[in-house]
Amino acid sequence: MNILVCVKQVPDTTEIKIDPHSNTLIRTGVPSILNPFDAYALEMAVRLKEKNGGTVTAISMGPEQAKNVLKECLSVGADQAFLVSDRIFGGSDTLATSYILSAAICKLGEFDVIFCGKQAIDGDTAQVGPELAEHLDIAQVTYVVEVEATDRILTVLREIDERYEKIETQIPTLLTVNKTAFEPRYPTVKSKLTANRTTINTITSADLDLDLTRIGLKGSPTKVKKTFVPVQRKKGLRIMENSGRQSAIRLVEVLLDAKII
Amino acid sequence: MHTFENYKHIWIFIECQAGTPKKVGLELLSPGRELANKCGEKLIAVIIGENTQQIAKDAISYGADEAIAVTGKAYHSYSTDAYSHALTTLVEKYKPSVLLLGATGNGRDLAPRIACRLKTGLTADCTALAMDEESGNVAWTRPAFGGNLMATISCPDCRPQIGTVRPGVFRCAEYDRSRTGTVIEEDIPIEPYFIRTKVLEIIQSMSKEEVNLEEAKVIVSGGRGLGDPKNFVIIQQLADVFGGAVGSSRAAVDAGWISHAHQVGQTGKTVQPQLYIACGISGAIQHVAGMSSADTIIAINKDPDAPIFKVADYGVVGDLFEIIPVFIEEIRRLHETL
Amino acid sequence: MNYLMTDEQKELQAMVREFVAKELTPVSMEYDKKGGFPSAVWKKAVEMGLHILSVPEEHGGSGLNTETYVILNEEIARGDAGFAVSLGACHLATWPAILGGTKEQIHLYYDTLVTGKMMAFCLTEAEAGSDASACRTTAKKVGDEYIIDGAKCFITNGGLAELYTVFAVTDKEAGTRGISAFIVERNRPGVSIGKEEDKMGIRLSNTTEVIFQNVKIPAANLIGKEGQGYKLALMTLDRTRAIGSSSAIGIAQAAIDLSLAYAKERVTFGKPLSKNQAIQFMLADMEIQTQAARLLVRNSARLMDQGIINGRMSAAAKTFAGDNAVKVALDAIQIFGGYGYSREYPVEKLLRDAKIYQIFEGTNQIQRMIVSGHLLRV
Repeated sequence: MNILVCVKQVPDTTEIKIDPHSNTLIRTGVPSILNPFDAYALEMAVRLKEKNGGTVTAISMGPEQAKNVLKECLSVGADQAFLVSDRIFGGSDTLATSYILSAAICKLGEFDVIFCGKQAIDGDTAQVGPELAEHLDIAQVTYVVEVEATDRILTVLREIDERYEKIETQIPTLLTVNKTAFEPRYPTVKSKLTANRTTINTITSADLDLDLTRIGLKGSPTKVKKTFVPVQRKKGLRIMENSGRQSAIRLVEVLLDAKII
Repeated sequence: MHTFENYKHIWIFIECQAGTPKKVGLELLSPGRELANKCGEKLIAVIIGENTQQIAKDAISYGADEAIAVTGKAYHSYSTDAYSHALTTLVEKYKPSVLLLGATGNGRDLAPRIACRLKTGLTADCTALAMDEESGNVAWTRPAFGGNLMATISCPDCRPQIGTVRPGVFRCAEYDRSRTGTVIEEDIPIEPYFIRTKVLEIIQSMSKEEVNLEEAKVIVSGGRGLGDPKNFVIIQQLADVFGGAVGSSRAAVDAGWISHAHQVGQTGKTVQPQLYIACGISGAIQHVAGMSSADTIIAINKDPDAPIFKVADYGVVGDLFEIIPVFIEEIRRLHETL
Repeated sequence: MNYLMTDEQKELQAMVREFVAKELTPVSMEYDKKGGFPSAVWKKAVEMGLHILSVPEEHGGSGLNTETYVILNEEIARGDAGFAVSLGACHLATWPAILGGTKEQIHLYYDTLVTGKMMAFCLTEAEAGSDASACRTTAKKVGDEYIIDGAKCFITNGGLAELYTVFAVTDKEAGTRGISAFIVERNRPGVSIGKEEDKMGIRLSNTTEVIFQNVKIPAANLIGKEGQGYKLALMTLDRTRAIGSSSAIGIAQAAIDLSLAYAKERVTFGKPLSKNQAIQFMLADMEIQTQAARLLVRNSARLMDQGIINGRMSAAAKTFAGDNAVKVALDAIQIFGGYGYSREYPVEKLLRDAKIYQIFEGTNQIQRMIVSGHLLRV
């Protein structure tokens, strides 16, 4: 099977702090990581490869330093990796990004299954996956937590809202992956060393035949008008009476007062 | 500057399941109504599925001026291909200025697909909407960076402007049975081979009595502090007293104490209840990212330094096994006196 | 902690650090209390390749140099020194063959190691500790076999090993030149495991008696020539001394990390401990000495990578690292105060683990003999 995994390097949003003076995000010093949902997607892809044979290709659109997460992918089962990068891609929203990615993917060849994480933890939009599937005109299933493949048939388990759906689809399909029951594997010392020695090729706009009106800021229908830090919660009320019982009673009192119950 | 004179009216996509509308669609009629009033245009509900006539009536009672209904065997249950085909066909025919969808699993599956097909802008998980009457541009406000940052987005050059909104962000308007409006039935045939996915089976991850986390008004969550999976019983009891849902931290899910369907947090569900009660949960940032939009947060933990107390409006330091039973008792007493 | 490390070393260090934090540290105290060996963690470590870091690539290993190896070993010991010892003892066992054995023997060791099986270095006996020449285990040549008789004690991995490197007397009259090194497979009849040591520290590591009763091994299991055993043992220790002491750095670092976290949190007299200069100075001294120890160890490793076996440097590194680990662990307990004395807190274990680094692989007294010996010889 020819498997593709789309990954993104994101800031570790759990480490982000807010500058109290300027009321802006402090982005320096925040470690960059492989988007957690992409890590699950990659693990699912590698397991599929191990079961059904084939190759796993990792691809990412981002700046040069995104090669670090591609290296990580190579150390946990991806066979090859590509970076899609060019200054003129900057400012692309999800529509423009998915357009560029789809062009790069078409250049690389035909894929049986394309895996994406369900969303990136910086943008949190969950849009690039389905938009990519639309550009490529292939079927999509979102929120996948399990996948099996037999010949050209894929059977997936989709986890949404308060239920699971067992869905059948055919190759080629794009799957967006939610947190799986299994954790992504550790790299091994050998796989890390091999990954370091593997070349990651960069695909630039010169390699693709792009409609320039559809990329970058120009190609992005959504525009960011402003950003702001949300109002922080006021300091809460601490209740610690002499006994659990008294604390509970006091809690009900204050909640009644505040008309919360 | 673009003028989109031929793009008019505010559309709300009402997602349905087995002939019942998902609450979020009806909730969105409220902000939709405001947008429509502001630009002097109509609020139109779009329903695809089964039992569409009844749902259309409900939508009108909740504020819609009109409804468009699509039904047919191909649309009885959700599929990306069928629904994206129907919705884009409708959009291309009627040219709405704004389209809102609920950010449910299917909503987030459908919206980007059609936004791409229509080559327009989509803003996901909005928490606030505003309208500039002159330009007809909607200002969509949404969280990014795990909720650490808010962004206001607009889509000035493309139509329709599409946005998704999570359940519970807006509240349904008053149900007004006296409201009337036209219901247009649209027949949109689709070849079966066009639908590339097939639902083989649906497995409920929660029993029918259990409340859907994403729609719940009250959520009581348990974490590692419970010590034992069977102690989720008291979490359920506390949730029952409020008619709420049971949630969980990742630690309890990873320990196998409760299913992933209940997990609140970065790799679980993002919720926005009116009341969130965290019991025995330390408050790791990944968990807080999933619940910080709750109106009121109560935390019960025996560790006074637990990070959860930084986000809690009411922090009770103590043994949850002593506190929760009394809390339940007190609430029950209050219910009786009412 | 970024010395002059290459990017690859930093990446590997980060990878091992993450693994240790997730898989080893969480079970460390549990195994310290109840005993036993965490074979599940061993299996995962083997999957990652932590058991064959320095094994040459052509033998299936990762071929990392000594400097990288000590960087990674420090990380492992930071999680649990006993686990690091278990890994290290396997390498100890392979060295005599690498130094003086045949190609087949080297293959045997590496092939066994690569699969994740363990091995043990059997030198110490009840009457032969620092004075290894007082070895009493015998190896009698009979036809084209040797018969091994004797008992070894304090053998790391004794109860778990597949292969033993055993030092035995082939010629009683020849003193140290009468000791030879042998390969003894676990499944040879007559090999049995005696009592397991109830140790003060590194309790996660399996330390036992190994008893050889009339154990027949083929003559091909002799490593090198008869009489070379003692020399092979000393050469081995010259090479492993500094590497092993990187574990002592790991212990010291763990002690510093725990002390820092505690000092920032613990409030006394209305302010965190860390606001007190006395504590600040203690932390500073712990840090200064550990940095110095680390550099001694890394330097020894670098020398080895240049092909230089400097017994004096490695003895200095081992002595300093071991003494430092004990001192830093003591200081950590002091910073924790009463809680430091409690077995419910992880810090007293560090002292119990650290102490062995002044004793095994040549006591720090022997090390001082080596250093002064080198100094006075010239």
